[in-house]
Amino acid sequence: MSKTHVTTTINGTRTEFLCEANETLLTVLRDRLHLTGAKEGCGSGDCGACSVTLNGRLVASCLVLGVEAEGAEITTVEGMAEGGELHPLQQKFLDLAALQCGVCTPGILVAAKALLEKNPDPSEQEVRYWLAGNLCRCTGYDKIIKAVLAAAADLRGAA
Amino acid sequence: MTDQGIGARVKRKEDKRFTTGHGKYTDDVRMENQAYAAFVRSPFAHAEIKGIDKSAAEAMEGVIAVLTGPELVADGIGNIICGWAVTSKDGSPMNMGAWSALATEKVRYVGDAAAVVIAESDAIARRAAEAVEVDYAELPAVAVASKALAAGAPQIHDNAPGNLIYDWEIGDEAATDAALAGAAHVTEMEITNNRLAPNPMEPRSAVATYDPIEEHYTLYTTSQNPHVARLVLSAFYQVAPENKLRVVAPDVGGGFGSKIYIYPEEITCLWASMKTGRSVKWTSDRSEAFMTDAHGRDHVTTAKLGFDADNRIVGFKVDTIANFGAYMSLFSSAVPTYLYATLLSGQYDIANIHCNVRAVYTNTVPVDAYRGAGRPEACYLVERMMETAARELGVEPTELRRANFIREFPHQTPVIMAYDAGDFEANLDQALAAADVAGFAARKAESAKRGVLRGLGFSSYIEACGIAPSAAVGSLGAGVGLWESAEVRVNAVGTIEVLTGSHSHGQGHETAFAQVVADRFDLPLDSISIVHGDTDTVQMGMGTYGSRSGAVGLSAIVKALDKVEAKVKKIAAHVLEASEDDIVIEGGQVKVAGTDKAMGWHEVGLSAYTAHNLPEGMEPGLKETAFYDPANFTFPAGTYICEVEVDPETGVTKIERFTCSDDFGTIINPMIVEGQVHGGVAQGIGQAMLEQVVYDDDGQLITGSYMDYTMPRADDVPFYDVHHASTTCPNNPLGIKGCGEAGAIGTPPAVINAITDAIGTNDLAMPATPQAVWSALQASGKSMAAE
Repeated sequence: MSKTHVTTTINGTRTEFLCEANETLLTVLRDRLHLTGAKEGCGSGDCGACSVTLNGRLVASCLVLGVEAEGAEITTVEGMAEGGELHPLQQKFLDLAALQCGVCTPGILVAAKALLEKNPDPSEQEVRYWLAGNLCRCTGYDKIIKAVLAAAADLRGAA
Repeated sequence: MTDQGIGARVKRKEDKRFTTGHGKYTDDVRMENQAYAAFVRSPFAHAEIKGIDKSAAEAMEGVIAVLTGPELVADGIGNIICGWAVTSKDGSPMNMGAWSALATEKVRYVGDAAAVVIAESDAIARRAAEAVEVDYAELPAVAVASKALAAGAPQIHDNAPGNLIYDWEIGDEAATDAALAGAAHVTEMEITNNRLAPNPMEPRSAVATYDPIEEHYTLYTTSQNPHVARLVLSAFYQVAPENKLRVVAPDVGGGFGSKIYIYPEEITCLWASMKTGRSVKWTSDRSEAFMTDAHGRDHVTTAKLGFDADNRIVGFKVDTIANFGAYMSLFSSAVPTYLYATLLSGQYDIANIHCNVRAVYTNTVPVDAYRGAGRPEACYLVERMMETAARELGVEPTELRRANFIREFPHQTPVIMAYDAGDFEANLDQALAAADVAGFAARKAESAKRGVLRGLGFSSYIEACGIAPSAAVGSLGAGVGLWESAEVRVNAVGTIEVLTGSHSHGQGHETAFAQVVADRFDLPLDSISIVHGDTDTVQMGMGTYGSRSGAVGLSAIVKALDKVEAKVKKIAAHVLEASEDDIVIEGGQVKVAGTDKAMGWHEVGLSAYTAHNLPEGMEPGLKETAFYDPANFTFPAGTYICEVEVDPETGVTKIERFTCSDDFGTIINPMIVEGQVHGGVAQGIGQAMLEQVVYDDDGQLITGSYMDYTMPRADDVPFYDVHHASTTCPNNPLGIKGCGEAGAIGTPPAVINAITDAIGTNDLAMPATPQAVWSALQASGKSMAAE
């Protein structure tokens, strides 16, 4: 099968890759670009482990084709920390142990960041509803919700 | 306690890599020259394989090989086995049917693999797998255990007549019958423990590489116990001798029991790597996970619980049918016997218990240990019967429990277990206070004003962890010892590596284990590293399951630390010209107590490795190994209280409060332990309200995706109120009991007891979906009760 040349921006860096027409963005990120933070938990958009943003919009990268990245701006969990400094969400997750096995964590961090960009002061219920698209089997969500609320408070304080 | 030692809320060392997307899981491993495996899976629950036509698949571009069961058998790959021999009550051995990694003559469940395709890409492998033509002759199938036992049911394995694997009993049946006959009140129930899919968020994965020059295999895999994997791959499945097989379980994304077992796919990838000369990678998709990961639970039980006129329990009789699926998985036989029936005494002083268990083949995926493994089934039975009995007797559920609590330890139950320590009333009282049960009546009245039903449910659980004394489990049929190993290496600069046979797949061992070492030698946490998960690096170990890593794995580390400390003191006493008895280790120094004579911790390390000035006859180096074999199980216990609101018009149930009081013994890192409880409670809520594996009458899996199988999501669960009231375990050096499974064990009865309290009927099965709750309300005639 012939491959398609794609030019895109990933975590602020201009990136080019070749991919097959039926290859998902998740496969491209993981297997071609070796950005393995995003995980495949279901392949059907039900678990959120593959969450990234595409032109600022939260998407399940298992449901996006690699060729759709043409000309787009993509951010992944690998782009959250800046210059070695963790994003406040990452820091709060670490401070509060809001993760265990770590597989859902990249997707949840990306999704939570997207939430806080839309709504800097979410209620507990708003955080729960927003993150209902991200499955976690380890934590029971308790510390995740608290970490997102705490990071939101920090970010509001810093703003 | 220091700010980083035992009891400190230390931030997890592993979380920087996990929060930045730099964890290294099996599917993240890429080998040079890597090919991909896709399995040809049976669409039938039961069928003969008449023939396999590979030609179309083999002709596809990018296909490297198509391999089948007869070829695997011809190469000497052995059958997958169950490692725990359970004997029927008539003395006969269990009837274990043959399980080949690739089916040979028959397939026995939907998803059973008949062939494998190895190809240049995952996509090609999957397309080619669809092109492999298997000529199946479909046979009648049975998915329900009680139906599989019925006369005329389809026969699944020739050597298990009537599909019966074993018919086992424990306890004194005659004495229990007599006690029940003389009881003032007998509560009878039929209880189903619903079948669950474990669903760790990381699907199983394997990357196998064969080196033909060295005749050596390397397997990266999603395992909770890489050494056990190597042992069975070598000793039973005949893949390679142990010294020619390295198994690495890198970061593993949750297990919950489902990654204990060595599955057909790992065996096949190793063999296929040898056959093709390529690294072979396979990663399960979620549908394959639902189809092939060992499921949990699936018991149907009838039980009678008898009380005397003072509401004291006089006897408990239990008859359980356990669905084992199509093959006996590695520890399957132990789950409904030694991990279930032995916990039927609960927290209560019961003189007479009898339990009969029939284990049954069905045309479903194998069933094995899933978080709790037998203990959730026991706890659900005991605690639902206690709550129901209290309602029948017209007494407060908590008072019925108090009247029957075991209060003196050690306590020998009539079902093997000897409880070593506990204070059940302390946990109950702590939970009652934290849950503000005193204020429940007012909250219920307030709910009623809104037309909503409010209910309160209790669960006072006990479980057994720290599996287990090797001689004891050996006498009960276990094929392995259940000790753990540790090696502590103090480097010449004083930093420490601890190699452990335990495996962390989310539990935070890299942090908690390091805290124990830091605490012992008063050293900075950053100077201590925990190494695990690689059979080339770590000596033989038994791995992580049954909440054993703290109670057993850490005990081995402590034993090795004892030896290190003894040697450090000998070296320091020699160098400082003092008595060993006067040497103390603190603040990074090794000192002579009461003097200013001291040497740095790192100087002791350096002395050990330069070996210029060691005591006469002492070996150089500072590295000690220990194997720890537990003296007993440990017995975590506690009380959980669930408070719910039910909308009688829709059956929609909301958990308003969930309160836990646990006795885990010594706690190393409360932040990690809370997380373990939270996750277990969420899985328990999932079992109670959401989750159910469904097979239809033909053995087709109906719940094969997240669209069909309801996982707990962030908006399904509350914040949890977690407390501890602990007694120290007397049987291991740190006094640890274990915390990994308690939530999943204690939660389901608390939830169902709360909902049944709200709706005023005991007749409610898990999962209590809105439809089930609404239907129960309609059936009870109490749907208009909310006022």
